[in-house]
Amino acid sequence: MEQLTLETLIAVFEEIFGRALFWAMVVAAIAVTLAYLYVLIRDRAMSMRKFLLAQLSMPFGAVAAVVFVQVMTNSHLRDIGGPVDVIVLLGVAVMGAIGIAILVYTAQSLVRRSQ
Amino acid sequence: MTELKDIKASRRAFLGLVAGGLATTMAVRPAAASRVQTRARIVMIGAGAAGTALVNRLVERLDGADITILDPSAEHLYQPGLSLVAAGLKPASYTQSRTTDWLPQGITLIAEAAAAIDPEAKTVGTSGGQTLSYDFLIVAPGLVLDHDAIEGFSLDLVGTNGIGALYAGPEYAAKTWQAASAFTEAGGVGIFTRPATEMKCAGAPLKHTFLIEDIATRTAGPGKHEMHYAANNEALFGVPIVSEKVRMLFEDRGITPHYSHVLKAVDAGRKIATFTTPKGDVEMGYDYLHVIPPQRAPEVIRQSGLSWADKWTDQGWVEVDQKTLRHRRYPDIFALGDVAGVPKGKTAASVKWQVPVVEDHLVAAIEGRDGSKVYDGYTSCPLITRVGRAMLIEFDYHNNLTPSFPGVIAPLEELWISWLMKEVALKATYNAMLRGKA
Repeated sequence: MEQLTLETLIAVFEEIFGRALFWAMVVAAIAVTLAYLYVLIRDRAMSMRKFLLAQLSMPFGAVAAVVFVQVMTNSHLRDIGGPVDVIVLLGVAVMGAIGIAILVYTAQSLVRRSQ
Repeated sequence: MTELKDIKASRRAFLGLVAGGLATTMAVRPAAASRVQTRARIVMIGAGAAGTALVNRLVERLDGADITILDPSAEHLYQPGLSLVAAGLKPASYTQSRTTDWLPQGITLIAEAAAAIDPEAKTVGTSGGQTLSYDFLIVAPGLVLDHDAIEGFSLDLVGTNGIGALYAGPEYAAKTWQAASAFTEAGGVGIFTRPATEMKCAGAPLKHTFLIEDIATRTAGPGKHEMHYAANNEALFGVPIVSEKVRMLFEDRGITPHYSHVLKAVDAGRKIATFTTPKGDVEMGYDYLHVIPPQRAPEVIRQSGLSWADKWTDQGWVEVDQKTLRHRRYPDIFALGDVAGVPKGKTAASVKWQVPVVEDHLVAAIEGRDGSKVYDGYTSCPLITRVGRAMLIEFDYHNNLTPSFPGVIAPLEELWISWLMKEVALKATYNAMLRGKA
């Protein structure tokens, strides 16, 4: 690739997921992040009990993210062909894990105020 | 219960972070280059990948230029997607858009073909009878598929009788998958061919072979299919190190190569393909045959005296300097894309690298100076070897591998990440290129 700009990257992601799904996911990600920051600011502290459940949900998020990417791209685990593929796969899994941890923590904080 | 009292966040810190992020985004926006004032008349033949990408860059660089683009086709094709359509991985519509979707404001589109070019008088005649005078001419009409050169073959046969021809366009690529999928389920003998002329994306015949073999083995199971690849010469790919790698993969996958076998005739009724070989004609029976016809420059190019006189005489590619893509006899003419008479580079990836070079030399010529950019034959081929794996092969005129991500994405390794690039990132990059952005 000769030039890689933010515009190109956005175009690439629109292509991967389809424009509507991609922007829906962006909006969802921003909404969850803002909600997470909101509860942090509101509570002025992290609750370790909520964080424990969030951590327990991480493996599910990791697997879900990998399955999602593979379904969207007609591929399977057997297609992993070299170290860089393992890195990409782990990257997807880590993003899924962190994403769901934030989601679960935020959801608990919003639903159960007093813990 | 433990509470982490130390981790604190405040509204002020949060707002500060957002403001900082926005400021950074604004600060790193690239500055626009100053535009060149000109009254030059530029005529462009062809609004395909090359013509469209170039015209979008020219309108950004030139102020006041009179740009006319000729293309009779209302439809723009994302041709790199045809291999995916012919393997049932994408619908035909994946490759289709409208030509006008990609063209900028402020230029003239004439939906006619070029019918005559007079490089001495500097005029182009259109199929509708108009005559256009130019100061600079960009020749990018693509190429034509010479289906008639194969005896007994016609496009009506595609999709039935076990015949595929994915190069012929989106509908034919979809029909190719009809024939190929029936073959993958039923089993039998598959023959995959390529022409003896220069061709668009010389990796595509291999991709189709690998994909259909992979799908066949997964669908009907191993042992039910016999796969043959007919190469036009003594190699499987133009770049020796890649050819050798493909030979090894073929051996591993049980695909039999037949060297110097060029498809000459098809008997669709008897399901027999005839090949020209150094030892005379050879007949082979098939259950699935993939046909790629000889490819040539459009007739108007060959009639206009722009072609090489001593190279590719049966094909007629435009005689350009291979580093600047400028015509060797008429310096006010450039040719790029499939029609350019250079040893490599009939791919969209090549176009991406050719466009900035032509732009540089054209703008320089308008300003009365010499351009400096050089095209060194860069061509890229995400060579799909299975559904889910590909090799990201990039090379130049010298048959050297030129990996974009050295040490990260190995060019001769079958990788998932290379497949991801082909399947999802390539079309987006292509679209960005059409808009002159990449």
